[in-house]
Amino acid sequence: MSSMAKGIPQRANLLQGTLDMLILRTLLYGPAHGHQIGKHIQRTTNDFLQMQHGSLYPALHRLERRGWVTSKWEMAPGRNREFKYYRLTEKGRKQLVVEESEWKQMAEAVARVMWPAAEES
Amino acid sequence: MRWWRITKRNADLERELRSDLELEEEEQRERGLSSEEARYAALRAFGNPTLIREETHATWSWRWLESFACDLKYGFRGMRRNVGSTVFAILIVGLGVGGASTVFSVVNALLLRPLPFRDPGQLVWISNGETYSTQAEHFSDLREQNHSFADLAGWSGTYNTGNQELTGSGEPERFTSVPVTENFFTLLGVEPAIGRSFTKDECQGKYGAPPAMVLSNSFWRRRFASDPNVVGRKLTLNNQPVTVVGVLPASFDFASVFSPGTPIDMFIPWPLTDKTKPQGNTMAIVGRLKPGVTDQSAQAELAVLAKQLETQHPERNGIKPRLVPLEQHVSGQMRPALVVLMWAVGVVMLIVCANLSHLQLARIGTRQREMAMRAALGAGRFRLLRQVLTESVALSCCGAVLGLLVAVVGPRELAHLHAFSLPLLESVRVDEKTLAFTVLATVATGVLFGLAPALQVPSYTLREGLQVAGPAASGSRRYGWFRDALVVSEFGLACLLLVGAALLIQSFLRALDVNLGFEPERAAALRIDPSFQIPTAAQANAFIDDVLQRARAVPGITTVGISDILPLDGDRSWQVGAKGQVYDKNNHPDAFIRVVTDGYFEALGIALKSGREFTPSDRESSDPVVVVNETLARTLWPGQDAVGKMVSQDGGRRVVGVVADVHHGGPERLSGAEMYLPMRQTGDYSAMTLVVRTTLPPDSLAASIRTALRPIDPNLPVTKFQTLQGLVDRVMSPRRFLVLLLSGFAGFALLLASLGIYALISYSVNQRTKEIGIRMAMGASSWLVQQNVLTRTLRLALAGVILGTLCSFALSKSIESLLFGIAPTDPAVISGVILLLCSVALVAGYIPARRASRIDPMRALRTE
Repeated sequence: MSSMAKGIPQRANLLQGTLDMLILRTLLYGPAHGHQIGKHIQRTTNDFLQMQHGSLYPALHRLERRGWVTSKWEMAPGRNREFKYYRLTEKGRKQLVVEESEWKQMAEAVARVMWPAAEES
Repeated sequence: MRWWRITKRNADLERELRSDLELEEEEQRERGLSSEEARYAALRAFGNPTLIREETHATWSWRWLESFACDLKYGFRGMRRNVGSTVFAILIVGLGVGGASTVFSVVNALLLRPLPFRDPGQLVWISNGETYSTQAEHFSDLREQNHSFADLAGWSGTYNTGNQELTGSGEPERFTSVPVTENFFTLLGVEPAIGRSFTKDECQGKYGAPPAMVLSNSFWRRRFASDPNVVGRKLTLNNQPVTVVGVLPASFDFASVFSPGTPIDMFIPWPLTDKTKPQGNTMAIVGRLKPGVTDQSAQAELAVLAKQLETQHPERNGIKPRLVPLEQHVSGQMRPALVVLMWAVGVVMLIVCANLSHLQLARIGTRQREMAMRAALGAGRFRLLRQVLTESVALSCCGAVLGLLVAVVGPRELAHLHAFSLPLLESVRVDEKTLAFTVLATVATGVLFGLAPALQVPSYTLREGLQVAGPAASGSRRYGWFRDALVVSEFGLACLLLVGAALLIQSFLRALDVNLGFEPERAAALRIDPSFQIPTAAQANAFIDDVLQRARAVPGITTVGISDILPLDGDRSWQVGAKGQVYDKNNHPDAFIRVVTDGYFEALGIALKSGREFTPSDRESSDPVVVVNETLARTLWPGQDAVGKMVSQDGGRRVVGVVADVHHGGPERLSGAEMYLPMRQTGDYSAMTLVVRTTLPPDSLAASIRTALRPIDPNLPVTKFQTLQGLVDRVMSPRRFLVLLLSGFAGFALLLASLGIYALISYSVNQRTKEIGIRMAMGASSWLVQQNVLTRTLRLALAGVILGTLCSFALSKSIESLLFGIAPTDPAVISGVILLLCSVALVAGYIPARRASRIDPMRALRTE
């Protein structure tokens, strides 16, 4: 168990709130199913953020419970198959704005501590 | 959340995961992997599907339910492992909760539930100063002139048991009837179940000779086997034809509200227009306030009206209307007793909790390693706490099943105890309120006793928990003070209860010890009113002579007398005075009137203080005489010998004797003034009760007396002998009720406290086995070890007892009103309780102390 834990990259320990934000942001492009969301985040970060399904699905269900996304089984375009598509709600859109600004503040605050010279110049 | 929604969600999640997994697999295949490799790669990328499922579950709100069920299952498994302590816990929770619920159901019936009438909040009881009843004339005037009441109604406060003889329907039998005013049932809002109430016409006749009657439900069921056709039937009551016009509903129990302990069989109309209505204060009054009228304003109006009436009618008795809400009148007297009982139950429950807390602590102690392991595996602090609490609540719920049984059976038994003449006792039953209370008490108990042990759980840190070896060392000496505090509080609470119970037992004994002024043992009474009219006084005298002579001849009977009213069973009072003396109208002496024959004093064992008793020659033709009791003699002729003096009664009667005072309001009431008239010289009595003193059990006599009296009255109805002891018991019953319940609780508390201290001491002896072993190896004698343990026991017990005594001093005011002849801080009682508790503690401590002194040092040292 402990040996496995070492293998997991540190960067994967995403803060829960951050994952929620990333999912919401991804859904801004349009409805997507779980696999697409995970793949999208992974691709956009050049595989820096390896999506763990173990946290993706709980996160999706949590967002749905809070009313920030809705879900529906729909035919995928070009495939003869149904997927569970998640769609951003109006409430989710607002939440994204809130989380984004919080994250920005946080990042700036961290940056100010880490690179004080850059701030002064 | 409904289970089918859960199932639906599960299926949905399953489908989602599967479809995404397949997609992943597809993508892997597109990269050129073989289909099998692709599946493995997909699974690897996906992670553990079970874990995903579980974590997703966790975001759904019913996770707590799952873990609750899990805790519950675990808790039950734990209980099965520890059968002994589980049974013990269930037993004491059951008894505690059962007792609490029983008391609650009594409290509910007497104090919480509204009276079984329409809008009972508007009903008030109107007494006349200290006395129960008012003159009927005053009632009529008050009713007409007031503006505060929607209506006033009344019933005869002077009826007595067995005043009606019913013939023409089976065996002749004696029943109890109450005359009520026409509007009585309407005012209370009671509709007859069958038939109707009285009409105006039926209330025009003569008092005591009713043309119609209404039956009580219980009488109708018993005597007429619930026959609905009885309404409209003509029966013969005291040789007068009377029509049954209605049957009251079962919900209306006159007796349980207004005359606890005396069942009422029928109601007859009280004609208010009748000019021959009974003299004196005879009417008990209830009123219904107009909406919006307060008790105070109604009281003020009545006071003004009463003043006017007294000036307008100087010939009438005085009137001082006093108004209390009916509810308060009915159950107000029981309130302090019930409040004490509720507190007692609360205290018992606290002791139960302390005991269980202790038990649970020991259990958790042995599971320390398990808890530490769970914490190490990631169980949160709150999660562990919740599990321990779930277990204790589950335990107390098991106990509650037993408690529920007690709670259902207890009130039912209580309700049927006619031995207790408490108001509304028959309506004591288990209703939804009681059940809610039981559930609440159970959960509260579980949480309370589980809380303390549960709060200690998180402090078992991983390292300590896993390191400490075995259950023997599991006690966590850190919590020693907490265990000690539990035992000390148990002793304190038990001490408080015991002091209360001991005080009430003492009061009960003292009330029993009161010299009632007569000797109830071996005295019995039987109604013998003739079933025919006796036209002349001479014939009445002959009848009395005949009865006394025949009854005296019955074997086993030593003395015989006749009276109209028995002690403790109804009263009638008149104004009396010394002849020639003028009294202030507001301060006129009055006395209870008894009409008796010769032999009465001897039969009841009432002591003659001076002068002589009545004799058979005190009859209509001889000088009018009277016998007074000591109080009346003192009131009318202070400092003088009453014998030979004249009272103003009937134009002047000579006092021939003075007898001892009789407490006829019960042992705890002072005896008032009494005047005895010879039955042979007056017709002013409404009942004839044969009083006998016997050497045989009274029950066996009834038949032979009846046989002896049959020749003079062939229609003599079948009635049971009423023992005077029975009357005394009835008066004492509220106190006995309280003493019984409270002693039960106190005994239970004592048992629990002694078990608690025993458990603690024997636990600490187990803990200290090694230490004791070392001490003994170093040369400590077994006596010293024993002494050591006993000292500790005694110290804990004393600490508790001192606390309890201080509490009982502090609370002494609250119990004072319930005590009789004893102070709430009676030193003998308190020192007795202290002694009892200390000796119980010593016995409980002696067993482990002995075990400690037997410890083999070598073995003790080796085993650790």
